[in-house]
Parts: sequence; structure tokens; C-alpha cells
Amino acid sequence: MTSLQTSAEKPISLKAEGGVARRQAFSRMSTYILAAATMLGLLVLAFLAYDIIKLGGGRLSLDFLTSYLQRRADDSGIRAPLLGTIWIVGFVVVMSVPVGVATAIWMEEFAPKNRLLWLVRVNIGNLAGVPGIVYGILGLAIFVRGPFGFGQTIIAASLTLSLMILPMIVIASSEALRQVPPSIRDGSLALGATRWQTVWNHTLPGAIPGIMTGTILAVSRAAGEAAVLILVGAAGIILRDPSGINDRFTILPVQIYSWTVRPGDQFKPEAAAAIIVLMVIVLTLNAIAIVIRNKFRRD
Amino acid sequence: MVNVQQALEQKRMTEVRQETPRQPTQGAVAEPASPTAVGIDDLSLWYGHKRALTNVSLSFGERKVSALIGPSGCGKSTLLRSINRMNDLIAGVRIEGRVNYHGINIYDRSVDPVEVRRRIGMVFQKPNPFPKTIYENVAFGAKVNGFKGNMDELVESCLRRAALWDEVKDEYKKKSGLALSGGQQQRLCIARALANQPDVILMDEPCSALDPIATLKIEDLMRELVKDYTIIIVTHNMQQAARVSDYTAFMLTDEHITGQLIEYGPTEELFTTPKDKRTEDYISGRFG
Amino acid sequence: MALATQRADDLERKLQKRLVKHPGELVIFAFLTICASITLLTTAVIGLTLIVEAEPFFEHVSLREFLFTTNWQALQAPEAFGIWELVAGTGNVVLWSMVFALPVGLMAAIYLSEYARPRARRILKPLLEVLAGVPTVVYAFFALTFITQDVLRPLLGADNVSFQNSLGASIVMAVMIIPTIASVSEDAMSNVPRELREGAYGLGSTRLEVAFRVVFPAALPGIIASVILAISRVIGETMIVAVAAGSTPNLTLFPLESIQTMTGFMLQVATGDVARGTTQYESLFAVGLSLFVLTFILNFVAQLIVQKYTEKYD
Ligand SMILES: Nc1ncnc2c1ncn2[C@@H]1O[C@H](COP(=O)(O)OP(=O)(O)OP(=O)(O)O)[C@@H](O)[C@H]1O
Ligand SMILES: [Mg+2]
Repeated sequence: MTSLQTSAEKPISLKAEGGVARRQAFSRMSTYILAAATMLGLLVLAFLAYDIIKLGGGRLSLDFLTSYLQRRADDSGIRAPLLGTIWIVGFVVVMSVPVGVATAIWMEEFAPKNRLLWLVRVNIGNLAGVPGIVYGILGLAIFVRGPFGFGQTIIAASLTLSLMILPMIVIASSEALRQVPPSIRDGSLALGATRWQTVWNHTLPGAIPGIMTGTILAVSRAAGEAAVLILVGAAGIILRDPSGINDRFTILPVQIYSWTVRPGDQFKPEAAAAIIVLMVIVLTLNAIAIVIRNKFRRD
Repeated sequence: MVNVQQALEQKRMTEVRQETPRQPTQGAVAEPASPTAVGIDDLSLWYGHKRALTNVSLSFGERKVSALIGPSGCGKSTLLRSINRMNDLIAGVRIEGRVNYHGINIYDRSVDPVEVRRRIGMVFQKPNPFPKTIYENVAFGAKVNGFKGNMDELVESCLRRAALWDEVKDEYKKKSGLALSGGQQQRLCIARALANQPDVILMDEPCSALDPIATLKIEDLMRELVKDYTIIIVTHNMQQAARVSDYTAFMLTDEHITGQLIEYGPTEELFTTPKDKRTEDYISGRFG
Repeated sequence: MALATQRADDLERKLQKRLVKHPGELVIFAFLTICASITLLTTAVIGLTLIVEAEPFFEHVSLREFLFTTNWQALQAPEAFGIWELVAGTGNVVLWSMVFALPVGLMAAIYLSEYARPRARRILKPLLEVLAGVPTVVYAFFALTFITQDVLRPLLGADNVSFQNSLGASIVMAVMIIPTIASVSEDAMSNVPRELREGAYGLGSTRLEVAFRVVFPAALPGIIASVILAISRVIGETMIVAVAAGSTPNLTLFPLESIQTMTGFMLQVATGDVARGTTQYESLFAVGLSLFVLTFILNFVAQLIVQKYTEKYD
């Protein structure tokens, strides 16, 4: 095995030749293939947007947003589902965010570091993966019928959705809390502040951007959810505005669903137009979340 | 200082010097006696807007151990990584000057960094074996480089050269490289570099994560390997530089100039009769 | 000596008083603990509800019929409750969505972690995550009206592709889970220590070789976890399959036929006018229980892998 070549014996070349040239060519080619794969999903999204705008863009108007469901497709609007979405999402935020953040604070700042904490953490990870429709069954059995017996109402729907997005909020919040540097915490504790004072004055403010990002994404998930609400009894036809938590409800995704599965094509433009409205809501929420995340990112 | 003296003494006793090095030329540029393996010519480097090397010129002798010493942050690693174009991997690095290797400037447009790196091997500060078996670790470079010969033979001979064979020969095809001790891992990384049949091996503080005994083993290994390879080593440890190196370069970053070469010469001279006041201050522990 | 102990005692008493001095602190702690227990309670209630509600079903249908026969015909006579036709439907969609999502998602992960510059990554990653945020009913509409009608039927022949079919649903499902695979795998790959990459580059590897021979294998546990999570999402997804894949229980993995998944069946029962108290209605809970158990196991395994893996490099 000769390991040494001196310049005098054998002139060498450092140009990519033979095997190396081929490998480098593969490597360069892989850049484009991998980049293309990354863009593929986005391309489909672009097609989706184009297709839906083409189909439903013409139906968008103020009337569409403000009128009730009609027998004729052309006169129909999404007033009731839009209001239902706003009501339910509002209640979901009010109920799930405090509980979610509190759970995260307990996990990160107060809980004894033992098996119980491990159990809570793993359990939350699992809950985040439980299918929406299973939450639907839970809501049906517990909130609609059963112990609470709210019936097919806004409150039953909101409670169910809140439980569904709770794990997402907890996970995002505890991640945000964990990223607050321990030095901030230690500094405050060393000055004699109690744990809660430390959390309230120092840790939590530092985690707010992360919590908001995660919460907004979770809420946008709730706003787009259909299966759960079908299970807890979203109504097919609602012809008045919601006036309280015990009213029946419908929401945008469910309305889209019922227009989509209707035989024949005459309600497809309505479905597409409602999708545009829903996507605007969801994408706006997503964009806000991304902006917050980028603005407060610590690098 | 006393320790360094001892180290130098120790080296003198353990080896017979083949030749007495010539007096280095005045100033920072020194020519070692043996042919040049790597010649650095007026090299400057910037990380983004931050300069890390300023007009460094020196030549590393063939089949010699050359040590780079200097205080933390003076650009030793940066200089070392410039020699096999590892700095290319960092976004925003800009390089001026030349690094000559076998008469070719490795920063020439036509040069492929992969070709450079397979000829100029590198051993890192923290042992970094792949999470694969010992065998696969050693065979890795040869495999990606399309080695055609007998792989078993190659792996065995590299493990032998890295003085690791006796310790692992029973299970090297099954045992993970991560299951070795730190010192063994580092020798595995040396074996891995040898499998590419390089002629220059760069080592960036290869012993800083190791205990004294493992360190001595690696140092012995270096003295052994230098019979066939050119070795350039960065070290924080002046005794180590004195023990293992034939030539030593002292680098420094001061208020005015970042990453400059202050003095370069035969190790013995640099440690016993430094020409530059700053070198003297550093090796006698007055700063840095 | 005695003085010292006394002072230590004093100190200890003071320290113990700490909680009493701040009664508010206790209240807050209690509140937080209650909130945290809600999540545990949720799991317990889900499990309990499903068992209690599914129990009457198993009084009419034996566990043997449910688990070991293959014909599912819940909504017409003669009734049959062999869950395997629904499981096959779910498996069908898992298979075909993975066929598309796995290569694309992993390639995207490799690109983001090993190739993309930081700036490009900062833009691409959130964009990709938008795919996971699109409401599934939107995907369902897209699969039904566009993928099947305007792509699959013209491409494969209208006679060969059912109006509702597994392939259309699987394709949009793949788009939906690409971000899950890409994002979780990318995290795993970014966690691979930089030293490992440098070691490989230092041996003369190209970028492609570093990515596939070193980073990918080192990140494999995390990658596997991402795939399990993605599979679990596919299994649990309802709207896409209910709208686009059909409502015909069908023991097949062939992608161009109408099928029915477990979730699809559940939605069908919920939207139909099945009377409460009938076996049909109760089958909703039996299928729900199976679904819950299945996804719970998958998520649990994925989490264990991720935990073990993050410990390794911490
Ligand atoms: N990737 C990088 N990006 C920006 N600056 C860097 C980078 N790597 C090193 N530097 C800077 O370049 C200068 C020289 O660093 P280098 O690592 O070469 O020093 P060193 O002499 O090896 O120090 P040490 O003995 O601590 O290893 C330092 O000021 C360092 O902060
Ligand atoms: Mg260094």
C-alpha cells in the first residue's frame, strides 16, 4: 500500500475526473430533483387555488356572505355558517387557550419531574394524534347527550372542539416556555421572587410569541374542522342568526361538505366560493402565525 | 517552560533526527528542509464581513509534523480547514490567496473540493465516528471513493496503522464505532482518514477531548505515521507541540490584525530561542 | 455548633412558611394542576365512553364476527359486521398515500436540511406547513371534483376509475401529510451533529453522499417516527375519504375502486338517519373504539422513538 505520492514522481490533478466527476454530477443533479420534490406539494396547492377560484370566484359577493341558504343555488349565501364559525371559534379560543397555557405552565414550571409528568406529556402527545372524529364521538356522548346533555348546540360544539385543539396548544406553549433561557428564570428566583411571580413577570412574557403562534395554528385547525361538528350535530339548514350558546349551529366546513356531496353540479360553485372564504380565514391565521414566529425568532 | 524543555528532551531521546533543519529565513515565512507538501501563499479569509486570517504565508514540510499554536480564536482552525477546503461548507466564507498542493492551487476554479478532501484527510477535535460498525467507519471513505481492491485488507491495515487493531480485531465487524472509548474513537477516526490513502492529514486539537493516557497513545501514533504522511496539527497544548512536532507556527490575533502568522520555525528553536517578543511572551505563559 | 443548627432550623421554618406567606401561590398551583389533569381526564373519558357505548354492540355481534370475518354490511340487510373490509379500506388509503407522500416528503426533508440555504429554508418550511393547515374538507372537494374528474379519469380512462376512488383521496391525502413527514424528518436530520457531516465531507464525500449515507441513516429513528405520525393522521382523516373515496366496503388494495374506510363509515352513520339503539348505530362506537386503539398505539410508538432519539444527542 503506497500512501505517498510526491509531486516529482507522479503529477496529480485535482480536477473532478472519472469517478469524482460522475459523483459530483449526481450530487448537483440531486439538488434540482430534491428542490423539485419540495416544490411539488406547493404546486398542487397552486393548482387547488386556481381550480377553486376559477369555479367559485364568480359567486363571491357581499350577497353571498350575507344571505341565508336558498333553494336556488344562485341566491344562496353563507350567512349562517359564517356566523356559526365566528361564534364557535370565539368560544373555542376563550375556553381552550387559558386551560392549554395553564397546563403547559404546570408541566414546565411547577410539575415535579417524575413519572406523572412523563405520563401527562406522553398522554398529550397521544391526544394530539387522536383522530378528530373520535373527539366527535366524545362530544356526542358527553356534551350532546350524556352527563351534560347540551343537545346539538353551539356550546356542545365549542366544548368538543376545545378538547380537540387543547393538546396542540399545550404542546406549542410548553415548547415556547422551554425556549425561554433558564438564566432569566434563575435570575428572578435568585432575587427572591416566588415561582408564580417569576412565571408571570419573566417566563410567560418571553414565551408569548411562541404561544400565540401555536395557538393561532390550532385555532385555524378548529376553524377548518368538519367531521367533529358533523358528529356533534351541525344542522343542515339554518335560517337565522345565532343568538345564544344554546342555539343550533352550522359552520363553513360543514356547509362546504353538504354542498360538495349534493348530487349534481349546480351547487359546486357555491361550495368553491365558500371554500375561498374559508381558505382566506385559515390562510390569514396561518400568515399571522408565521409573521409572529419570524418576528420574535431568537437566533 | 520547564515542561516544554522536558518535552523537547523527551522527543530528542525517543527518535533519531534524520537531518538538522536549516535555519529559517527571517520573518514569518519559513522554508522547511524537506520538500514542501502544502504551501500557503498570502492567504486571507473572511467569515462574512469578519476577517479571520490576514495574509498568512508558510510551507508545511513533507513527512513532518507541523504544529499550529496560538491563543484561542486566533484562526488556527480556520487556517487548518482552509487546507482541505472545509471552509467551503460554511455559508458566506470568502478566501483570497493560494494554497498550493503538488503545484496546484486548491482554490483554483478547476479544482474540485471532493478531490482535495480525499487526498488531504482530516481528524477533528471531537471524535466523530459514524453510528456504524468499526468496519464500516473505516471502509466509508474508500467506498464512496470507489475503492476497487480488497476492502477487508484495507480496513485491517488502516486499523493496524492507527494502532487500534489489537484492541478491536475480535469484533470490529459487529461493534459500533460509538461503543469505543474516546481515545479509541479518535484512533478510529485516524484509521478512517488513512483508508482514503491521503498524503496529508490535518488534525484539529485531536487530543483535547481525551485523557492523558489516550493522548500519549495518539501522540506516539503521530510520530509513527509521520514516516509516511505529512501531518499538520492544531494544539492548545504547548507541551504537546513540543513533544510531537518538527515545526511550529505561532499565530496571533491582536487589536490591529486578525489571524496573522507571527513566527514559524523548527519546534526546538521556536521554543528555546523565539525571535519574536510576542512568541516568547506566549510560550512563557505571559498571555493568551 | 448549637448556634449554627438553631439558625438552620430558623431558616428552615422561614422557608417552610414561604407557601403560607403566599396563599395566592397555592391557589394558582391548584388551578394549574386541575388544568393539567383535564388532559388525563380527556383520555380516560374517551376510552371509557367508547367502551361503554360499544358494549351494547358486542352484545349483538360477537367479538369473533367483528374481528375475524371480512364482510361489512352494516346499513343493509343482511347485516354483517366483519371489520376487515373497513380496515382494508383504511389500509388502501394508507398504502397509496404513502406511495406518494413518502418519497416526496423525505426528499423535501433532505432538501431543507442538507441543501437549502438558511434563507430559502426560512421561506419554504412555513409554506410547506400551509399544506397541513388547509382544511380537509377543501382537499376533499379538490379530490372529488378535480383530481378524479380532470386528472385521473382522462389519464386512466373514465371507465377504469370510479367516481369515488381510493387513488384520488390518497393523492390529496399525500399532499396533506407531506409537511408532517418533511417537517418531523427535517428536525431529526438537523439534530444530527454537525461533526458527523464534517467527518463525511472530510473523507471526500459529495453533498449527496453525506445526505444519504451519513445524515439519513443517523436520523432514521426520527424519520420512522415521522412516518408513523403521518400514517396515524391518514388513518384518522375523515372528510377526504368520506367524500372522495366512497362508501362501499371493499376488501381490496386496488386504488381505482370505490372503498370505505373506518372513518368514512363512521361519518356515514353520523350523517344518515340511523336510529339510536340499533346495532347499526352502535357499530359507530365499535369502529370508533378500534380506530382509537389503533391510532393510540401508533402515536405512542412514535413518541417513544422520538424521546429515545432526542435523548441520544442531548
Ligand atoms: N463559522 C464561523 N462563522 C463566523 N465566524 C467564525 C466561524 N468560525 C470561526 N469564526 C471566527 O473566526 C475567528 C478564528 O476562529 P478559529 O476557530 O479559527 O480560532 P482557533 O484559533 O481555532 O480558536 P480555538 O483555539 O478556540 O479553537 C474567531 O474569531 C471565530 O469567532
Ligand atoms: Mg479551533
